[in-house]
Amino acid sequence: MTSLNVLVAVCMTYVILLFGVAFAADRLSSTGRTTWLRSPLVYTLSLSIYCTAWTFYGAVGYAARSGLEFVTIYLGPTLVMIGWWWGLRKLVRVGRSQRVTSIADLISSRYGKSNTLAVCVTLLAVIGVTPYIALQLQSITLSFDIFAEADPVSRPGEGSSAFWVAGGLAVFAILFGTRNLDANERHHGVVTAVAIEAVVKLVALLAVGIFVVWGIAGGLGDTLSRIDASEIGVWQVDHGRWATITFLAAAAFVCLPRMFQVMVVENDDERHLRTAAWAFPLYLMLMSLFVVPIAVVGLEIMPKGANPDMFVLTIPLAQGQETLAMLSFLGGFSSATSMVIVAAMALSTMVSNHIVMPIWLNAQGSGASVSGDVRSVVLYARRVSIAAVLALGYFYYRLSGGGAALASIGLIAFAGIAQILPALVGGLFWRGATRTGALVGLTVGFVLWLYTLLLPGMGAGVIAPSVMEDGLFGFSWLRPQALFGIDGLDPMVHSVMWSLSLNTAAFCIASLLSFPSPLERLQGAQFVNVFDHSAGPRGWTGSVAQSEDLMIMSQRIMGAREAQEFFHSEAVAQGSRAYLPEPNPAFLERLERELSGSVGAATAHAMIGQIVGGSSVSVEDLLAVADESAQLLEYSSRLEAKSAELSRTARKLREANEKLTQISLQKDAFLSQISHELRTPMTSIRAFSEILRDTDGLEPVEKTRYATIIHDEALRLTRLLDDLLDLSVLENGQVTLNMGQGRLVDILDRAVATALTGTDRALRVRRHRGAERIALRTDLDRLSQVFINLISNAQKYCDAADPELTITVHDVGGRIVVDLIDNGGGIPLDARKMVFEKFARVSAEKAGGAGLGLAICREIMQRLGGDVSYLSGQEGGAFRVSLPVGMEIAAQ
Amino acid sequence: MSRSAGEETGRNPVQPPPVFLERQSYRRRRLMDAARLLPLMGAALFAVPLLWPSEGAGTVRMSAAITYVFGVWAILIAVSALFGRATRQSGGHQIGQETER
Repeated sequence: MTSLNVLVAVCMTYVILLFGVAFAADRLSSTGRTTWLRSPLVYTLSLSIYCTAWTFYGAVGYAARSGLEFVTIYLGPTLVMIGWWWGLRKLVRVGRSQRVTSIADLISSRYGKSNTLAVCVTLLAVIGVTPYIALQLQSITLSFDIFAEADPVSRPGEGSSAFWVAGGLAVFAILFGTRNLDANERHHGVVTAVAIEAVVKLVALLAVGIFVVWGIAGGLGDTLSRIDASEIGVWQVDHGRWATITFLAAAAFVCLPRMFQVMVVENDDERHLRTAAWAFPLYLMLMSLFVVPIAVVGLEIMPKGANPDMFVLTIPLAQGQETLAMLSFLGGFSSATSMVIVAAMALSTMVSNHIVMPIWLNAQGSGASVSGDVRSVVLYARRVSIAAVLALGYFYYRLSGGGAALASIGLIAFAGIAQILPALVGGLFWRGATRTGALVGLTVGFVLWLYTLLLPGMGAGVIAPSVMEDGLFGFSWLRPQALFGIDGLDPMVHSVMWSLSLNTAAFCIASLLSFPSPLERLQGAQFVNVFDHSAGPRGWTGSVAQSEDLMIMSQRIMGAREAQEFFHSEAVAQGSRAYLPEPNPAFLERLERELSGSVGAATAHAMIGQIVGGSSVSVEDLLAVADESAQLLEYSSRLEAKSAELSRTARKLREANEKLTQISLQKDAFLSQISHELRTPMTSIRAFSEILRDTDGLEPVEKTRYATIIHDEALRLTRLLDDLLDLSVLENGQVTLNMGQGRLVDILDRAVATALTGTDRALRVRRHRGAERIALRTDLDRLSQVFINLISNAQKYCDAADPELTITVHDVGGRIVVDLIDNGGGIPLDARKMVFEKFARVSAEKAGGAGLGLAICREIMQRLGGDVSYLSGQEGGAFRVSLPVGMEIAAQ
Repeated sequence: MSRSAGEETGRNPVQPPPVFLERQSYRRRRLMDAARLLPLMGAALFAVPLLWPSEGAGTVRMSAAITYVFGVWAILIAVSALFGRATRQSGGHQIGQETER
């Protein structure tokens, strides 16, 4: 008999071998020589953690109890793998392009990075997987016990092996699962160890099977006839269970955290799926090929009451095949350990990322900005989580006592994990799926699973018998195993049917009724249309090619010379002789910083990600890019508006300046003019008054003449001062208007008569008196003053040989206008703008007045509510006087 | 990014693909259709045992049931492997870039 010590020694050797393999694989991958580690074969074998100790030992027990039904657990995954083109391809592509780290992360990032959802999925996974881990510990303990029973020398304490196994597995998972925080979360060491364990368990099971068929039963034909003769010799299967468990296994295959870990997270190349699509079903088929023969032979030759779950181990032992038994033990050990390690890793990632880290970051406030800081915390959290998950499994095992049949716990866990399926499939294929929908669906499914399957399955006492019999609160339609009064179904079928269908219904309805956030909608589009958004799987291209791409891109952004200098200095810093540096993280980080100076951080990140990552840009990146460009756009449009405003102001300033200069010139001209105007009469007044004073014996006639001259000049001065006063009064608005009634024709008559009185030059005035018979109500004196001014201007300045002034009255747009047009040369173009300004004169040589006349006219007309303007486009000088509205009296 | 668009067309001007390729890619797409139908066929075949009588005279022997289930299983694996090889060979390295249609 093999002593337990030998067994333990073999076991330890095996474990050390696995450690060595994992260590070597990690070393290989860190040096970059990973070609065979990345082969499709290793990928396929790593998927085999689907086959746990439950498969290795439990399948035979399952077959001994229910015949061929056990095979459904492998048919479901077979169909999923064969149909990889439908779903798995998309799942893997999404997982790679979104850099998801776990199934909780996938669900959360699909539904707008909702952490609530991630926490829900994590809790569901922990609750569903903990019994499963307990199951593995139990199977290892059971197999140890079988050897211990056979060995009279030593008896280990009850369950102590489970403790050591749990501890050892925790150490292994921590050592190889949390070595580094790889961005892609790939663990080549663990995956390689798992692949080797996959080979060991397949070889072990096949060896036992071959021994049973050809060593005990006596060949294939004999085995088949023994099968037919046995108690499971007739095809007899529960139809509902057959279909349900096939579906359940298919769902769990996709949703189980450990399967997601090896299938999606550890996937190196999407094309590996193509191989796994047939190789993994082949593995499953080989694993289940000898299950029924072993079960039948075991039932036949083993004593009554022997545990059929352990036939794989007990048959070789009973037949004295100790080496085979040892191999079989190693197979079972491998199945259990590989599952526990990967499950613990997957769960710890979820727990640390979605529960521990958010809490820690919250507790830290904003102090966690140092990146190295967070890395060590994440690693620490993961290690603690692995230990906690295994401890949980261990305590579950201790508390449950390890009595229940292995298979039922496995199926219950499957049903729990399958509750993720609606949210997962909906998220991948339906853009309308929302966070609320996923939350509601998950909750409904989880509660129903808990109530109808997990709690009743945990044995009597968890749910009171009265509830089982009469339903919750005495409602008979709430009986856990006969919801809504549908009785007589298998509990498993009943629970799966209700929980999954109501889960799906709740998911769909809540999704239809709720409204997703923008991030959710973008993520939804990214997930559902992942094949439009992400590039195809890249082969392992040389790293220098990436550097070249980076170079091409950087040149455009930084400028060719700067980029080349930067790359060269980086290459020198890396100690390489090549011109281009290796695209290692440090270099990429510096390059990103360099680029972000030019194009913004998010854009730089997205650009480098495009070239290096092999993963598509995440929605957050895109949103950040959009934000940045929106900011730039807003900034530039603000600048544009500002510059437009500035140029407008500048133009106004220029105009004002021009006007001021002109006015200043006018003022200067006026001052000289006014001093001249004042000086001329003053000079003659002084001269003549001196004559009167100093000259004796003047004739009275002369005296009178001189006095008259003095008087005239004094009058001229007075007139000038009057004009100035008049204008200043008008401008200050102090004038009072004497409103009166009169006819336009009378006003014009008086104005013409006054203006032309005592002039030396004849001015012919042409009028159309008929049109002038318009009654007005205004300040008649002021209005006639305007006309007098305009007519005398024409008289003074008209340079025609035979001066003539035409006065016409007409209606323009409802207003009465009086045009005064002479036949002279008119006012030059550049002077027109200024004629109404004070002191303006058309030219110095034509000086007659002080240049105040037109300014006074305009002031008067504006006071009266009308206007006077120069009328361009006429033959001679032309002014238009617009009579104010309401000035004329309608009834004549 | 615009990098690929501008640069690539500049370097290799687009040439019309030879006609026989179209036939090839058409074949490849139909092969993919068939590959997609495979799991449905498998599910239907695995459901056939549900039609067998479980009691009475016409019950099926366990050996026959095992032969049937494992036979279907083996055929599915073989066909799937063949599809994998066929699409890989005709598709070359471009197969993964094929968008769904």
